[in-house]
Amino acid sequence: MSGVAFAYSRAADVADAVARGGAPGAAFVAGGTDLLQLWKAGRATPTELIDVYGLGLDGIGVDGDELSIGATARLSDVARHPFVVDQHPLIAEAVLASASGQIRNMATVGGNLLQRTRCPYFRTAGMACNKHRPGSGCGALDGEDRHAALFGAGSSCVATHPSDLAVALVALDATVEVSGARGVRRVGLSELYRLPGERPDVDTTLAAGELITRVLVPRAASIGRLATYVKVRDRASFEFALLSVAAVIRIDAGTIVHARLVCGGVAPAPWRLPAGEALLIGQKPERGVFTVAAAAAVEGAPPLPGNSFKVELLRRALVRTLTTIATGS
Amino acid sequence: MPIERIAVGLTVNGCAVEQWIDPCAMLLDVLHELGLSGTKKGCEMGACGACTALADGRRIVSCLALAASYAGAAITTIEGVGTPDELHPLQEAFIDHDALQCGYCTPGQIMSALGLIAEGCCDRATIREGLSGNLCRCGAYPRIVAAVAEAAGL
Ligand SMILES: Cc1cc2nc3c(=O)[nH]c(=O)nc-3n(C[C@H](O)[C@H](O)[C@H](O)COP(=O)(O)OP(=O)(O)OC[C@H]3O[C@@H](n4cnc5c(N)ncnc54)[C@H](O)[C@@H]3O)c2cc1C
Ligand code: SF4
Repeated sequence: MSGVAFAYSRAADVADAVARGGAPGAAFVAGGTDLLQLWKAGRATPTELIDVYGLGLDGIGVDGDELSIGATARLSDVARHPFVVDQHPLIAEAVLASASGQIRNMATVGGNLLQRTRCPYFRTAGMACNKHRPGSGCGALDGEDRHAALFGAGSSCVATHPSDLAVALVALDATVEVSGARGVRRVGLSELYRLPGERPDVDTTLAAGELITRVLVPRAASIGRLATYVKVRDRASFEFALLSVAAVIRIDAGTIVHARLVCGGVAPAPWRLPAGEALLIGQKPERGVFTVAAAAAVEGAPPLPGNSFKVELLRRALVRTLTTIATGS
Repeated sequence: MPIERIAVGLTVNGCAVEQWIDPCAMLLDVLHELGLSGTKKGCEMGACGACTALADGRRIVSCLALAASYAGAAITTIEGVGTPDELHPLQEAFIDHDALQCGYCTPGQIMSALGLIAEGCCDRATIREGLSGNLCRCGAYPRIVAAVAEAAGL
């Protein structure tokens, strides 16, 4: 079980990684836990791997008004870091609901955000898949679509984004810092991802050779905010989400004044539900309010034959998440 | 264009080794090349945990670990745990609790549990969750959890 041979070298520093990362056939490798799966399956065919694992971009700390998490920080270190546990337990919750103890020791934050869909057609050699090769067809649309997206998909691709961490980070208004040939830029995590459209093979707005160096989370997002992560899956542990919900609310004088509802496993990217958020603002944190908001949030989600169960599942998961936050249990 | 092998230095079970490896080799395959067959090959996709080893004391799945990337690391495999005459207490506990049937997943279970105990586990629920990365097709889970709980002093 292995793919086409690649050359390997370690990046000397960020500048070296960026200078070489954009070459045709070049790819960054961090923990390797996603890239090497795809390589073994014949679905990623890099000719040169540039190792960024040891670049030392793994610091976690406070930077001004933000919590800064280095791109190569291992998931297990993120989940137990005192700043994360203290200021953004939502991040720790989402990370601890991800993968296994072994994978979390290897996987990095940057690699997690950039992992590719778990659509079985995408990950199996020989299957028709527009994400693998545009124009080759979509196996899922014509076949097994239980895992398919409810939102944001198109006729070219109905795959979902599998990251748990990304869902929590979008709910916390996180941004990513990116280094590239044209310098350093910042991009909101929601803007990092793109919808399939005509190019289902391109998951993100990153240019070739751009390296994620860190993730920044506004510390204000933690002040007075209540948050939790609910992941619904086929088995209780070590399983990707059927769907998940990260909810963040702030209550002032008995009324909800801030709300973020973001779901995973239902769209090509972590998916905000603005209709549901709007119906929470100005309301009391009560089950009746949550039920109305959840119903509005899922309205109009056009399911496929095999994934229609996800609409009701998502509605209930939203109510459960909000109730958990409001009751603190 | 053929890709050249590269020299990689590792410390395996306390011994320094220098090995010429294929840049595409997984750590699991390099361990086998070194004659260490205790680390098992299962799914090769990180999903079963049979290939669990410790890298600098932390448990990893060696099937998805690019060996070149681990140059300089201290690797511990099941061969580095206890000796036939003096088993590690966790190995003793596996025997006492009959925590295996066919035994294929056992090295991975033990390496994973050693990693978990070092991370800290406070009760059986944490052990069950913490070992979810290791599958046992014989279904010896309750006995595995009992063995690990004993070794963890719970
Ligand atoms: C069995 C199994 C179960 C899993 N379950 C879950 C789960 O439940 N939830 C979940 O969220 N995830 C899950 N995962 C996915 C796992 O979290 C990812 O594989 C991991 O986070 C990827 O990180 P990595 O460092 O190994 O990335 P790599 O595999 O090294 O890289 C992934 C991609 O990101 C690119 N890349 C890496 N770092 C950077 C960077 N700094 N800048 C730019 N590009 C970069 C690489 O080029 C590559 O394209 C699971 C994985 C496995 C194997
Ligand atoms: S849903 Fe997307 S990833 Fe899955 S087969 Fe269709 S095109 Fe490929």
